[in-house]
Amino acid sequence: MIKYERDNIDTDVIIPGQYLKVHDYAELATHAMEGLDPDFHSKVKEGDFILSGKNFGCGSSREHAPIALSHSGIKAVLALSFARIFYRNSVDGAFLLPIEIEDDAYQGISEGDEIDIDIKSNQIKNLTKNQTYKMKPFSEIIGKIIEAGGLFKYKPD
Amino acid sequence: MNIVEKILARASGKDRVYPDDVIFAKVDKAMVHDVSGPGVIKVFDKLKKQGIAVDNLWDPSKVWVAEDHFVPSAEKISAENIVKLQNFTKNYGIEKHFKYGMGQYGICHTISHEEAMVLPGEVYVGGDSHTNTTGALGAFACGLGHTDMAYVLLNGKIWFKVPETLYFKLNGKLPDHVMAKDLILKIIGEIGTDGGNYQTMQFGGSGIEAMSVESRLTLCNMTTEAGAKNGIVEPDQKVADYLTKRGAENITLVNGDADAEYSKLYEYESSEMEPIVAKPFSPENISVVREAPNVELDKSYIGSCTGAKYEDLEAAAKILKGRTVKIRTEILPAAISIYKRAMENGLLKIFLDAGVTVGPPTCGACCGAHMGVLAKDEICISTTNRNFPGRMGHVESQTYLSSPLVAAASAVTGKITDPRDLN
Repeated sequence: MIKYERDNIDTDVIIPGQYLKVHDYAELATHAMEGLDPDFHSKVKEGDFILSGKNFGCGSSREHAPIALSHSGIKAVLALSFARIFYRNSVDGAFLLPIEIEDDAYQGISEGDEIDIDIKSNQIKNLTKNQTYKMKPFSEIIGKIIEAGGLFKYKPD
Repeated sequence: MNIVEKILARASGKDRVYPDDVIFAKVDKAMVHDVSGPGVIKVFDKLKKQGIAVDNLWDPSKVWVAEDHFVPSAEKISAENIVKLQNFTKNYGIEKHFKYGMGQYGICHTISHEEAMVLPGEVYVGGDSHTNTTGALGAFACGLGHTDMAYVLLNGKIWFKVPETLYFKLNGKLPDHVMAKDLILKIIGEIGTDGGNYQTMQFGGSGIEAMSVESRLTLCNMTTEAGAKNGIVEPDQKVADYLTKRGAENITLVNGDADAEYSKLYEYESSEMEPIVAKPFSPENISVVREAPNVELDKSYIGSCTGAKYEDLEAAAKILKGRTVKIRTEILPAAISIYKRAMENGLLKIFLDAGVTVGPPTCGACCGAHMGVLAKDEICISTTNRNFPGRMGHVESQTYLSSPLVAAASAVTGKITDPRDLN
C-alpha cells in the first residue's frame, strides 16, 4: 500500500501535462505521480494499491492518469471519493479499480500494509493489522462493466 | 424535467428520466483533439487486437477534430501526433478537421462556439474535460476519456448516470469591473473543487440573461474545476442569434419545464460581486483581488478556452490601451477567427504597443505544454482555469487565476491589481 494522506490529488500531479503527447503506456508509467512523489516509480511494485483522501483524480479527462498508474503496477486506488472522469476512465478502460472507502479504512491503513480487497463481499482486509473495513459497493452499471472487463466487453441489457 | 433531464430523455428515447437513472444516450456531436485523438487511435489499435471491428465510425459527419494542445508542434512527438490525426481523419472520412496553418483553427472548446459546431438541445461529448464549456449554448456537453470517446466514435452512444442539478442564480447585471470569471471563481471557492462532482451546474437569473454568450461560456467552462459532469445555461434568443451569425440553421431552443426540479439553489447578487483571484494551488483557494497577497509577479498570461475569447481580449485591451506592461505578458487568442477580429479592430496594435507578445491559438502554457511555461519559483497571473502544482510548468511555480481585466491590470503594475485601482 502506498498512502498519500491528502485530498484532491489531481491529474496534473498524477501525470503532468507535458506528457499528454505521449501515448506509449510504458513510458507514461515512468512519469506516474511525478508531480507529487518523484520516488513513486522506484517504490511501486506490481499489484500495489494507492490510498488517498477525497476527490482523487480531479482535473483533466486525460486517460493518461489511470493508464500511468495501471502500467506502474497499481491495481486499485482506495479513496474517500473520486472525481468523475478519473473514476469512469478507470472502469471503462479496465485500468484499475476505484474503491470508495470510509474514514475507518483511510485512518486504519498505513503505508506498507498488506491489503486484500473482495469486491463480491465489499470488504477490505488489512492482513498486516488484521482489520476489516467496508468498501462502498459499486453502482449496478459500474459493477457490470468491471465484471465484463471494460466498456467494450460490456453488453447492455 | 429540467433542461438536462429533457435532453437526456430525448437522447435515450424515454418519456422522462430522473437523477441517478443510468441511460445510454445517443450522441449528436463528438470531438477529439491532438491529445485525445491519438489516445483514441491507441484504443482502436487495442480493439483490433481483440478482434473488435474499428473499420467504420458511426457517423463521420458528426465527428470533428481540433488541433490545440501541442500546436504548432514544438518537437517531434507532437508533430507525429498531428500526422497521426491527419491520417485518422482522412481514413475515416472526417471532413471537419481544423488544422493549424490552414485557416480557422483554435482551441477545441472555442471552435465549438466560433464555428457553431454544437446546437442547443444536443448531446455533445469531447475528449477533453473542458467540453463542459459548450453547455453555454444550451447543449448537454460533457468531457470523456479515450476509451469512452472510442466507444462513442464506433457506436454513437454512451452511458450516463442522469445528474442532479445545482442551480446558480445571479440577480442583476454584473458591474463593469467584474467578469463571469470572477463569478465562477467565487462559486468554486464556495462549493469547492468537488462541489459539483457528478452533477450539473446550471446558471440562470437576470444576471445570466444580461450576460453575453461568451461570458456564459466562461461560467460553463470552469464547472469542470468544481468537478461537474456538465455546465448549462438555458438557451435564449442571444444564443440563437450568436449561432445563426456563425452559419447555424434549424436551431430549436430547449428549456426546462416550469416545475423542473433542482437539488440545490445558490443565489448571488451582482451588486456585491468583486474581482477575485484563485491563489496557488487550487481554483477553490480564492481571495478578493484587493486582499490578495502582495507578490511580485513574473508573468501575465492571457490565453486558453477560459480566457482568450474575443470578449476577453477586448477586456484586456481596455486596460492595456496607452499603457505599458511591467512584466512578461503573453496574449494568445483562442482561435484564428478571434485573432483576425482582434487585428481588424485594432486590439493587436494595442497589445503590441503595450509590449505584449501575441502568440498563435494554442492551449500552450495553460496545461504546461509549451509557449511560455513557468520556471521554478516563477509567479504568474493567468486567465486560464487550473493552478494545481506544476499545471503551467515547474512544480514549484505558482499560478494565480483571474479575469482578463485583472490579468491585464496586473501586467501593468507587476502586482495583483484590481482594475479599479489603476491610475
